[in-house]
Amino acid sequence: MKRFIGFIKKEFYHIFRDKRSLFILFGMPIAQIMLFGFAITNEINNVDIAILDKSKDVTTQEIINKISSSKYFSNKQLIENEAEIASVFKKGKVKAVLIFENDFSKKLIKENKATIQIITDATDPNTANTISNFTNSILHNYQQEINKDIKIAYQIIPQTQMAYNAELKSVFMFVPGVMTIILMLVSAMMTSISITKEKELGTMEILLVSPLKPFQVIIGKVVPYIFLSVINAIVIIVLSIFIFKMPVQGSLIMLGAESILFIINALSLGILISTFSETQQTAMLVSFMGLLLPVMLLSGFIFPISSLPNILQIISTIIPATWYIIILKGIMLKGVGLAILWKETLILLGMTVFFMALSIKKYKIRLE
Amino acid sequence: MSIKIEHISKSFKDVSALKDISFEVKEGELFGLIGPDGAGKTTLFRILTTLLIADEGMATVAGYDAIKNYKDIRNHVGYMPGRFSLYQDLTVEENLEFFATIFGTTVEENYDLIKDIYIQIEPFKKRRSGKLSGGMKQKLALSCALIHKPKVLFLDEPTTGVDPVSRKEFWEMLKRLQQKGITILVSTPYMDETALCDRIALIQDGKILEVDTPQEIINHYPKKIYNIKADKMYELILALNAYEHNHSIYPFGEYVHYTDKRGDFNPTELIQFLEGKGLKNISIQPTETTIEDTFMELAR
Repeated sequence: MKRFIGFIKKEFYHIFRDKRSLFILFGMPIAQIMLFGFAITNEINNVDIAILDKSKDVTTQEIINKISSSKYFSNKQLIENEAEIASVFKKGKVKAVLIFENDFSKKLIKENKATIQIITDATDPNTANTISNFTNSILHNYQQEINKDIKIAYQIIPQTQMAYNAELKSVFMFVPGVMTIILMLVSAMMTSISITKEKELGTMEILLVSPLKPFQVIIGKVVPYIFLSVINAIVIIVLSIFIFKMPVQGSLIMLGAESILFIINALSLGILISTFSETQQTAMLVSFMGLLLPVMLLSGFIFPISSLPNILQIISTIIPATWYIIILKGIMLKGVGLAILWKETLILLGMTVFFMALSIKKYKIRLE
Repeated sequence: MSIKIEHISKSFKDVSALKDISFEVKEGELFGLIGPDGAGKTTLFRILTTLLIADEGMATVAGYDAIKNYKDIRNHVGYMPGRFSLYQDLTVEENLEFFATIFGTTVEENYDLIKDIYIQIEPFKKRRSGKLSGGMKQKLALSCALIHKPKVLFLDEPTTGVDPVSRKEFWEMLKRLQQKGITILVSTPYMDETALCDRIALIQDGKILEVDTPQEIINHYPKKIYNIKADKMYELILALNAYEHNHSIYPFGEYVHYTDKRGDFNPTELIQFLEGKGLKNISIQPTETTIEDTFMELAR
């Protein structure tokens, strides 16, 4: 155990004395989250929408006022009939149309429920999704307001419809994606580089001719990065909650546990890469081409998996990040728990065990 | 026997690095493995330190089989690779402590073993090891290889790239370590460093040429060597090459080491021959045989 602690201490010296790795570890997550974050917040400010109010009563007027006063929507255009919807979309003037059904107030009082249709232009899936989320939350707030002093709850039912990209199943949500990329980068790339560095500088030769066992070396390499990755994950979540008001619906504990699982998965991939890379450059290149690019392109981070060609969809299922992003979105956006995400968690766990076993087996106890 | 090597062969792809090597190193011996770059010294060291597996033959170190009991060997040997292989971003002190911990000991426990060596670099203990001079790096590497009190110490070209004064000091340190009961196998391409070894093995192209004490190896040299000097070195070598009775000609500092084919070599005759070639200030003196001469003769 003392050997092990000594080894971990040494790893921390390496990390904190190398400015380049420190920058990758802590500068990049913050820079990336800011970059993606602000690029996205700019888009959802002052989005133009149109409203088709079929009932024109007190309640609809109140809701329209609520929506107009929010900073997300502006320049509302009132339209008179359904035929106009297509034309305003096609002109590209508005990103969304809200439709209040006939006799909105009456239905709300009589049947305790009324429906609003939200049609969004989903050619830009991200914006479309954000608009519907924001509208929903405004409606939700309003509903709580009117229900405060009434015994029978009124229900306003929003019906969301994505126009022009109706198949849209997975949407681009930047926080889960950025978090995945950063954890992958820190964990896989940094460990593979730190192990190959020992090979390159010849220190691996001395470590081999010592009583340290392979798993001790591997765990010793991994532990500091688990620690640093967890800090990174916390930084990302805190930044997205406080700066970008990202909702985290589900349990933070589950989010943490799943993240640690994914971190260990990425670390074992990093070790695996280092078992066949001889130089730091190779390790970096393999991590980049073999891990980062697939994560960016095939995991559903940038392109929805459902819009990928079949062959790439199959490949995406063997990328651990795909499952982690599903889990993250589930916890953060939908607030679901293990009851729903057990399958994804199990797949991720299986992959982790597989890569870990493979990398310990592949770890060379000699020089060739 | 501390190290036993029996019929070891090793090839890398189609290059044969070691060809049927056998020798033994006795307990407590300071044994030198002498040969030029590419002779197979490092490969042999790596087989003995369990880093490589030989294609054929077997080796034991401190009584342990290099393949079956590799873990025991790793517990009981100290290894200093040819290249400086410590953590350059760690300080002198941190490196030493790290190696002590991974071998399950402490710096204090075996301090008297490394004291002689470490005391010289102690003033720089807060300096990162990458910023040390060549000689100091070697001293630190040796301290780290010794900190767990190994039974056998493997030093692969420890003096390469080190200045002559530090080299001399280094060998004296090895001699003192040997007195503490540690078996030392050291390799070097410098033939002049062998004097302090108990026994040496000459190695070239993966083959052992001879194993004996340095003095015996010199005694085996069959010929009388002459130092020849003249005003122009290059012309001198050309002229000697043209001389029909020459046996061997090797430039050796400011002299040329010359041996003759005949038993009754007459220097006067050679002087006349060289003068005929237009050389001046010629001197021919008998000289002592060195290990290098022996090596060159054996390697012919």
